[in-house]
Formats: sequence, structure tokens, C-alpha cells
Amino acid sequence: MAASREDVKFLSNPKIGLNQKKYCRFRKFGIKHIDYKDPDFLIQFINEQGKLLPRRITGNSLKFQRRVATAVKRARHLGMLPFVADLLK
Amino acid sequence: MRHYEVTFIVDPVLSGDEVKSTADHILNELKNYGATIVAVDEMGLKQLAYPINRRSSGVYYCVEFGCTEADWLVKFELGLKRNEKLLRFLTVRLDKYGIKYNDDKRNGRIGKRKKVSATAPAAEAPVAPPAVVDLDVPEVVEAIAEV
Repeated sequence: MAASREDVKFLSNPKIGLNQKKYCRFRKFGIKHIDYKDPDFLIQFINEQGKLLPRRITGNSLKFQRRVATAVKRARHLGMLPFVADLLK
Repeated sequence: MRHYEVTFIVDPVLSGDEVKSTADHILNELKNYGATIVAVDEMGLKQLAYPINRRSSGVYYCVEFGCTEADWLVKFELGLKRNEKLLRFLTVRLDKYGIKYNDDKRNGRIGKRKKVSATAPAAEAPVAPPAVVDLDVPEVVEAIAEV
């Protein structure tokens, strides 16, 4: 008996073909100011080593990526975020 | 009037009174220069992400102030630099969104959404231990399995 279409469908990952569009969360939610004193928020934009994540991963627009970068750098200066880390998350 | 924000970290080795007097000294200095203090946020003792001057924690203060002429800021920052009771400081000029953000934060209009996401994992944690104490463990496990 030949497998019906519905069985065949799940042999591969159904999400592979879907292009889920990334978006800039600052634009979408109308966040105008990024607080450098809020490390819990900024931690979303750095990786486990404490490095800034690129725009192609976070989806930020250029304007807000720049502001995120400044905020993270200020937080690092004030000892709220590490310059280098291991297993930060 | 331009708004600025200065955040500084006071040495935690000092006694509570000394920490306060250090902060008051800086506030007085600001007033002497002719700045109007908008708000003082005592963020309290916090762990540093990396050691600064061999200290692993510090007392954070954040002062928002406004002034019409800021040519004294360089002198003010020099004073902070020479102050040995401070670990770090940072002076930032606020744009209109920054002023609004600080205003909203003081009135409790910001931070709720973040707190929900931050406390959501924490809120589950206190629930679990009582369940263990009440010996309702099998039921809890079943409930989780159903979910």
C-alpha cells in the first residue's frame, strides 16, 4: 500500500521550507529608549561569551542595533555585564 | 534645559554612613554647579560582573539632573575621577526619549512587562517546594504529565 500524502509530509521537517521573517522588536513594540542599567534586558543581545550578537540573528534594525551596542558597552563599563565570560546563559 | 544622568559605583568596603555621605557630597557638588536634581535612584549593593579594583560588588547610585549650561561637567567629572571612594562612574546625556523613559519608570509605567517575564520562571519555583511538603507529589507529577 502506498503511503498517503499526509504520512509522507512528516518525513521531513515541516518548518524547513517556511521562511519566518525576523523583525526588529524595537520598531514593532515602539521601544524608543534602551536603558543601559538593565542588564537582564541587554543579555538577550549577547552570546554566551558576552559578545554582541549580529543583526542577522537578532533582527534589529540598524538604528537600534547601534543603540543596543552602545547600551551594552555602557553596561560593561559599569560592571553590569562582563567583557568576557564563559557560559553566561 | 539639558538632562544628564550620572551613574556611579561607591566602594562597598565603606560603612553605610560613609557611602551615604559620599553620595551626598556628589549631590551637593552638583547643586553648587547650578544643576537641578531631578531624581536620585539608589540602586543599592550589586554584584559586579567582573572585579573592579579588587572589589566584587559595589553600591550603585544613579542621579538624573538638568542644567542650562554644562561647561562645568568636565570639572565635575574630574572630581569624580579623583574621588577614591568611587569605583566607576558614567555621565550620559539623555535625549527626549530617555527623559520620558526615566519619568515613566519612576511612575511605575515601565518594568511590569519585563518583571512578568523575569518572575515567570521564579514564580514556578516557590510553588514546587510546598507541593513536596504536602506529599502531593504523585498528583503534581500527573498534572505535569497531562499538561
